[in-house]
Amino acid sequence: MSVDAATVKRIARLARIRIEENEVEAYREELNAILGFVEQLGEVDVEGVEPMTSVMPMSLRLRQDKVTDGGYAERIAANSPLSEDNFFMVPKVVE
Amino acid sequence: MSELTKLTLAKARQGLKDKQFTSQELTSAYLEAIEAANPALNAYVDITAEKAIDMAKQSDERLSAGNAGALEGVPLGIKDLFATKGVHTQAASHILDRFQPEYESTVTANLWRDGAVMLGKLNMDEFAMGSSNETSYYGPVVNPWRAENSNANLVPGGSSGGSASAVSAWLCSAATATDTGGSIRQPAALTGTVGIKPTYGRCSRWGVVAFASSLDQAGPIARTVEDAAIMLGSMSGFDAKDSTSVDLAVPDFAAAVERGVKGLTIGVPDEYRLDGMPAEIEALWRRGVEWLEAEGATVRSISLPHTKYALPAYYIVAPAEASSNLARYDGVKYGLRVSGKDITDMYELSRAEGFGREVKRRVMIGTYVLSAGYYDAYYVRAQKVRTLIKRDFETVFADGVDAILTPATPSAAFGIGDEAMKADPVKMYLNDIFTVTVNMAGLPGIAVPAGKDGAGLPLGLQLIGKPFDEETLFAAGRVIERSAGIEFAPKQWW
Repeated sequence: MSVDAATVKRIARLARIRIEENEVEAYREELNAILGFVEQLGEVDVEGVEPMTSVMPMSLRLRQDKVTDGGYAERIAANSPLSEDNFFMVPKVVE
Repeated sequence: MSELTKLTLAKARQGLKDKQFTSQELTSAYLEAIEAANPALNAYVDITAEKAIDMAKQSDERLSAGNAGALEGVPLGIKDLFATKGVHTQAASHILDRFQPEYESTVTANLWRDGAVMLGKLNMDEFAMGSSNETSYYGPVVNPWRAENSNANLVPGGSSGGSASAVSAWLCSAATATDTGGSIRQPAALTGTVGIKPTYGRCSRWGVVAFASSLDQAGPIARTVEDAAIMLGSMSGFDAKDSTSVDLAVPDFAAAVERGVKGLTIGVPDEYRLDGMPAEIEALWRRGVEWLEAEGATVRSISLPHTKYALPAYYIVAPAEASSNLARYDGVKYGLRVSGKDITDMYELSRAEGFGREVKRRVMIGTYVLSAGYYDAYYVRAQKVRTLIKRDFETVFADGVDAILTPATPSAAFGIGDEAMKADPVKMYLNDIFTVTVNMAGLPGIAVPAGKDGAGLPLGLQLIGKPFDEETLFAAGRVIERSAGIEFAPKQWW
């Protein structure tokens, strides 16, 4: 499988990365080089093989459903490029 | 004073304990060495001199009071991927501009608990994506090693290139590093240092900037096998804050170092013999076999039939996880923001400006293979292949093999700005061909310097172990280190 220019633009949009028109061709070539490389996985017989979900055999630990952390909004917001009263500020999203 | 910086971690620790010198003296010696070398090597992206001296003072007090920790007063470098409270933590990316976490990663907290001193944050490939340390926002790291009769700058490998360069050039006693596809072992091999990626789950991932969560593991880069064992002992341990952390006691790794290999069975996989592999690597591998046999190990040839599919499967799984992990960098919660006409515009512009080319490429591949209609064909298939890769290893271990010996890398260090690798991303990816299988199967792997190529550059061998059997890797690694009998010291040109 290989990608065309329209697909590159669609992927960039899904990934929320702005790509300029003059960059599309280079990305298309690079992505196709990688997709061409992974193509060989098609040779492997994976009939009846379970996809890996956990590399070490373990089940996820459960914990008590209790609040055990928090209460420091100012520390959460401390690194925000734009915040007010410990709220993250973003451009208007509701008309 | 400069001789202090050349001590191994084990000797520095002993010297501190015996009051031959203080941690403040040792720390100052390293800080001076860093100041002199960093303009040439670019190994550190942030030097925390004041904090280092302060921590050293506290260590000296504990040393005199007789309650020293396992790493008391030992100066370390920390890869920029580890969250360090109030200190530069940017994964060498522009998108984490000015980020200073409000918390400390579990691994670094463990090191400070044991009395270690932080010298600063180490350069790396951006978000640990790279095999040459050329994708850093802070520019490439330079390998302290140069080919004989050459002044050309070489890469230290990646992504833990700053860690490897700093350890090799005596700019810290040892360093933390991380390994998702070979990022500890490949740079260690290219700089004549020792690097171990422990079993998945051995070190907590909490507070380590995530790249591909099912593959990422922290580990040390150090100058000797013993030093690596001491470091890993402090870094490891169960952590309730990481749901994949394994609740197992941490063995005394350092005690295993001199255990030898008598009676062990070492496997040599046929599939790692690549077409066009340099004769020097082939010869080194053979010497490794002879050294282990001479010390009483049985070496036999084994088959890991799905080896060739590990790298292509990795380049689906890792970007897929990365595209998901890196979705959090959106210009809102931390780091760089570029204003746009609406919120989507702001996201897209911030990510376009903040991520480098390799990171964008991988996020896009990951987005593609996870997108509707392609998920089964790419991602699910790759995870099935991963099951087969792991099964290959399980089969040979069940068949009586204790550890596996392979080359660490397909070549010695190469030049910065290598044209062939720049033109084709897959060429760069092939650097990890011998290391990536280990991450796919979650196993421990160690790279030990074992020889030099015709130009005098270091070459490493890799040992792969059973899950949670790092001890055998330290024991066998030590045999290789001792049998090679080479002092891996770069000629100081910086």
